[in-house]
Amino acid sequence: MSEKIIAALTQAWQELARGFDHYLPLAVEMLVIAFVGWVIAYLLKVLVRSILRVTKFSRLSESAGATELLHQAALPSSTELLSRFVFWVAWVGFILLGVSVLGIVGLQEYTARFFLFLPRLFAALVILFLGSLAASFFSRATLLAAVNANLRSSRLLSASVRIIISVFALSMVFEVLGVAEQTMLVAFGIVFGAGMLAVALAFGLGGKDLAREFLEDKLGSGKKREKEDELSPL
Amino acid sequence: MAEEMLLTDDFVRQLINVGEVDVLIGLPTYNNAKTIEPVVRAIQAGILKCFARERVVILNADGGSQDGTPDLVTGASIDDVWRASKVYALRTLHAISTQYAHRAEPGTALRTILAAADLLRAKACVLVSPDSTTIDPDWLQRLVSPVYRDHFDLVSPIYRRQKFEGVLMRNLLYPMIRVIYGCRVREPYAAEFAVSGRLATDFLGNGVWEDDWGKTGPEIRLTIAAITGKYRLCQAFLGANPPADRTATDLVDAMRRTVGALFSSMDGNFSFWSNVTASEPVPTVGAESELPLEPVRVDRERLREMFASGVAQLEPVFRSILSASTLAELQKIAALDISQFQYPPEIWVKTVFEFAASYHKSVINRDHIVQALVPLYRGRTLAFLLENEGDQGENMEKNLESLCGDFERLRPYLLEIWSGRK
Repeated sequence: MSEKIIAALTQAWQELARGFDHYLPLAVEMLVIAFVGWVIAYLLKVLVRSILRVTKFSRLSESAGATELLHQAALPSSTELLSRFVFWVAWVGFILLGVSVLGIVGLQEYTARFFLFLPRLFAALVILFLGSLAASFFSRATLLAAVNANLRSSRLLSASVRIIISVFALSMVFEVLGVAEQTMLVAFGIVFGAGMLAVALAFGLGGKDLAREFLEDKLGSGKKREKEDELSPL
Repeated sequence: MAEEMLLTDDFVRQLINVGEVDVLIGLPTYNNAKTIEPVVRAIQAGILKCFARERVVILNADGGSQDGTPDLVTGASIDDVWRASKVYALRTLHAISTQYAHRAEPGTALRTILAAADLLRAKACVLVSPDSTTIDPDWLQRLVSPVYRDHFDLVSPIYRRQKFEGVLMRNLLYPMIRVIYGCRVREPYAAEFAVSGRLATDFLGNGVWEDDWGKTGPEIRLTIAAITGKYRLCQAFLGANPPADRTATDLVDAMRRTVGALFSSMDGNFSFWSNVTASEPVPTVGAESELPLEPVRVDRERLREMFASGVAQLEPVFRSILSASTLAELQKIAALDISQFQYPPEIWVKTVFEFAASYHKSVINRDHIVQALVPLYRGRTLAFLLENEGDQGENMEKNLESLCGDFERLRPYLLEIWSGRK
């Protein structure tokens, strides 16, 4: 009986030793990869931060309205955020690479998925950034045009433009990421439709005076108003 | 676009038929049928009166008019002018026309005219606005003679204006050109002016045509090129500037053509203007006319409302352009009632300088910066009306000199914010 127990224990010990013998170098290899990955990720972070500072990315981010958004959310600057993002993506990539060295079948599949997901993640980030840039540009252009034309509710118009472009960009981002595509499609349809209805109502109700003034001016039936533009600037 | 591309084969044939000329009169047009005929007649009368011996050509650069403007220019008979003036030209008076585009492009129109002047070796090239309904035959002599006979390179006009007309010119363009480029040219953006063949040729080779602002506001860029290139400038008193019926869209366009082009010119000319220490007067020819003092009907309350609403609505935009102190001052001004309203010159000067510096740094889209100045200009217009309400011509000149003094006094502030020290 005791011999059986000893034999079983010896076998278990030998298997454990074999396991250690097999996995310990791999674990060390994984740790080395993770460490080297950390160093490379850190260098990448410093490099990206320097490039973004040299190219004055913060100014672009400010004009896109991203800086204000991040500030409101108590997040670091866009330059810092992007460099940290690069650090984490690079390091997690190296860690997963190290884990794949262990040869664990399930983990290898996840690692492969992660690397396949990276291009889509970058594409989504680029779309998000360009979307916020476009939203900021067109909403500001609308605001300036509306204010200079002395339209009431200039900010409402500008905000509407920003929301429509942002919603459109977000729906594209989710589609690229492959997250809840159907839900996003339906949500986008609802939000866009509601937005259009709101704009139509706003123009219909709020713009009736404007339409009357326009028609009066065109048909010459209204009282001629004095205008500041009677003064020539040049 | 190179000059070869600009001048079509047909246009070159017309120019070859004309041959070398002494004076080229350029008429950039776009649907100006209503006003063009009296302008052409005044030009013809001016030629008969003052340049009967010279080889002269009237060149119409048209932007694709749909109302037959080019036909009116080329078909205008000189017979009536002969009969009226009883003076005959000693040379054939040519009138030719070319369509440079399918829409009005001031830059391309000017470029076409200057390229033709260069090709025909014109000694003087004069531009006349097709809207100048108040043009007098003597204008031609006043503009051309300094170039043709006294060898000046650029003759800029001085118009007789209504008391409150030309607010942008008096409150921004003239003081800025004076303080930045050190030249007291009263009309840096003019509809009528004359250039020498030398300046025309040199300006053609200038890279300004590739620039967006060079396409929309070439006139002010020409004046600046003449100043920075040390060409000989003078001014000529002309008659009344025709009153314009302007809308808000025109105001934004006018800002783009003038303020946008001026701000844009400051980037490339920094080495020139950063060393300017004082402004020089520009020789002026002709007899000065008195300023008329007719009151202008303006809805002042509406101007105040547009200014106040602009300051409130554009606050997020102004935060990117203006310093916190200037924005705070503007917000205080926007809260004032019309009876107490004032936009002090010092705040206006700081506003303009901060806009120029923000434009240089491209803090936001440059066209948006120019557009954002429009509501503040309306505030300054109101202040200008109130400041000069009871004043006559002489006092208005004093007020203008005082404003220019403020621009000159605050020049170091512009240099500070330009280099980002503030």
